[in-house]
Amino acid sequence: MALRGSSLSARARSERRLGWMLCAPAVTVMLVVTAYPVAYALWLSLQRYDLRFPDQREFVGLDNYAAVLGNELWWQDLLNTMVITVASVSIELVLGFALAFVMHRAIFGRALVRSSLLVPYGIITVVAAFAWRFAFDPTTGFVNGLLNTEQSWFTESWSSYVVIILAEVWKTTPFMSLLLLAGFTLVPDDAVRAARVDGASAWERLRYVIIPLMKPAIMVALLFRTLDAFRIFDSVFVMTRGAQNTENVSILGYKTLIGRLNLGLGSAVSVLIFACVLIIAFLFVKGFGTNLAQQRGES
Amino acid sequence: MRHTTPRPRCAPRPHRALRPGALLLALALLGSLVACGSSEEEGAPVLKWYARDEAGGVFGAAISDCNEAAEGRYTIELVPLPANADEQREQLVRRLAAEDGDIDLMNMDVPWTAEFANAGWIEEWPEDRAAAVTEGRIETTVETATYDDALYGAPLNTNAQLLWYRDDLVDEVPATWDQMVDQAEALAEEGEPHIIWTQGQRYEGLVVWFVSLLASAGGSVLDESGEEVSLETEPTREALEVMRRYSRSVAAPSALATAQEDQGRQGWETGEAAFMTNYGFVWPSANQLAPDIAADMGWAQYPGVVEGEPSRVVIGGFNIGIGAYGAHQDLAFDAASCLVGEDNQIRNATDAGLLPVSEALYSDPALTEAEAAVEGEPIERDGEPVLAFPYAETIKAALDTAVLRPQTPYYNDVSLAIISILHPTADIDPDDDVERLRDAISRALDGEGLL
Repeated sequence: MALRGSSLSARARSERRLGWMLCAPAVTVMLVVTAYPVAYALWLSLQRYDLRFPDQREFVGLDNYAAVLGNELWWQDLLNTMVITVASVSIELVLGFALAFVMHRAIFGRALVRSSLLVPYGIITVVAAFAWRFAFDPTTGFVNGLLNTEQSWFTESWSSYVVIILAEVWKTTPFMSLLLLAGFTLVPDDAVRAARVDGASAWERLRYVIIPLMKPAIMVALLFRTLDAFRIFDSVFVMTRGAQNTENVSILGYKTLIGRLNLGLGSAVSVLIFACVLIIAFLFVKGFGTNLAQQRGES
Repeated sequence: MRHTTPRPRCAPRPHRALRPGALLLALALLGSLVACGSSEEEGAPVLKWYARDEAGGVFGAAISDCNEAAEGRYTIELVPLPANADEQREQLVRRLAAEDGDIDLMNMDVPWTAEFANAGWIEEWPEDRAAAVTEGRIETTVETATYDDALYGAPLNTNAQLLWYRDDLVDEVPATWDQMVDQAEALAEEGEPHIIWTQGQRYEGLVVWFVSLLASAGGSVLDESGEEVSLETEPTREALEVMRRYSRSVAAPSALATAQEDQGRQGWETGEAAFMTNYGFVWPSANQLAPDIAADMGWAQYPGVVEGEPSRVVIGGFNIGIGAYGAHQDLAFDAASCLVGEDNQIRNATDAGLLPVSEALYSDPALTEAEAAVEGEPIERDGEPVLAFPYAETIKAALDTAVLRPQTPYYNDVSLAIISILHPTADIDPDDDVERLRDAISRALDGEGLL
């Protein structure tokens, strides 16, 4: 800044003040809505604080974190979360890519194709989860009839995972494909045509021209979906309530905070989930950032 | 429920001369809301009763009767809670922990008493008032509402499981689980219906099953003080052995790991089962939906674990608690005493299947001769009316010797610990799991660590 303090004219000063005043409500709201709860959760996580025993409230430092990180249940649940995340996001990526490609190339009924694809995404997650649960129920469901099996899907670990992951894929692939569709529009037709003239096959055009150009969009889609999938709660809660070893970190946090009213321990779980999300975001943004730089350098 | 007293209308006040700045406007609006919320209500105080709205509208009917009897001193209003007991508890404890004065009366599932009383969320019943809601009540139902020798709830209804069996398939009613599984295996070999339905899902029903077996084997989860783990090795091992043997036998339904009470009822009504441990609601349901099965339906005491030793089943049901932060506690005690009155108990029993807590009612024709009805329509089988509680005597005997779930303020944690160790029941390892159960329950009683 070249202009400072006294060198500012009265007009500039009052404009700056007006600027701050105009921003103030937004800043206040942001602080109240995001910063305060996060800071409060951090503060709670450093205490022994159970709502059922308010007298025993005391500051315990990092004890709660030690209790969580030292318990096999946390690591088991973290692993379960990752299984669901990795499996569902990778399936979604492939499927979403294919769907985006179809939508991109659709000649007629474009609007109809795009909007009908979004229907699953528009359904409230809890409602969708109940629909899936009922569909796979051996007594009320139609899936066994359709597949000609007599599987009770939620009584075993592997089949519970299959249903949860399928539900997640069904629900959010549209979102993925929409983000990827935006990526397709980044690819200039000229570049693809030029590659064709140079004799590149369809696979080579995809591999060496389209995907590299779409990389930023792919990264954004992956980041968003990974973060979402990591925090998955509704589907698992409705379908198994964490049984059959499908309990994930969100359910663990819910159980500790809401069921047991253990604010200290529960907040520690929540803060650790928050930390995991930050780490994932950091890793992605790092990868994503360098790619953006490369993109700019190349083009 | 409609308000019988006019409430002051909350209308935003007109604002003149609004200055620029949305914040000011927001503050002003907030101010007017606060001013409106704090204005005094007129007329009889409204007492809010937080309870699941039972089928048949029995609570609504009890409320109108009690409101009439109160002659304008108070008006009870039902605030419906979710159907699922876990969700009911979650809503109540969140509100009570925040010292919500809106809860005057609440229906508490029997294992919640210690937690709610210890946290100071519910009022202790004064002696003179306590007498009115405990006299003539089945002893075990009063115990469920007692904590630290003080009464914290008015028993409203009770419940316990029975053994239901097909008397066309079963010649001799099994006295123990082992005998029952033996019989089921024999039936399977003959190609007859042989399934035994019980509750194996990862939820409270699994705790009920485990505690019933443990008590029948002569053990208990906590010691006398209620502060230390007991789980005597031999009885616990026997209980776990029974759970595992059955869960791995042909008698277990394939969906045992997700079976709750209602899955059992549905399975029973398809005719694939020879036995079922379940509550009385299966009786009117089978009579209505599967009369052929119901015609061969017998009932008996819950099977035991040790031969020659009678079984002990876990007692269920609801007590009415008085919120510690309500403004009209005196009236709330009156209202609760009225709601648990015998007339209301009979209506709850005949119209909604909620078993009474008063001993005398189990031999009262109002109950024993009552005809079963679903949504007001009487149920008939072969042109004859079906009785609602032909099993009244059997269930009364079960209630008299019933066992309570661990009475500790940490009950919810203890329950979580049991569920997480024992589910799925087919994977139980009786030798290792005794120790694992002890560890998990000790952790729960410390209030530390994840469960």
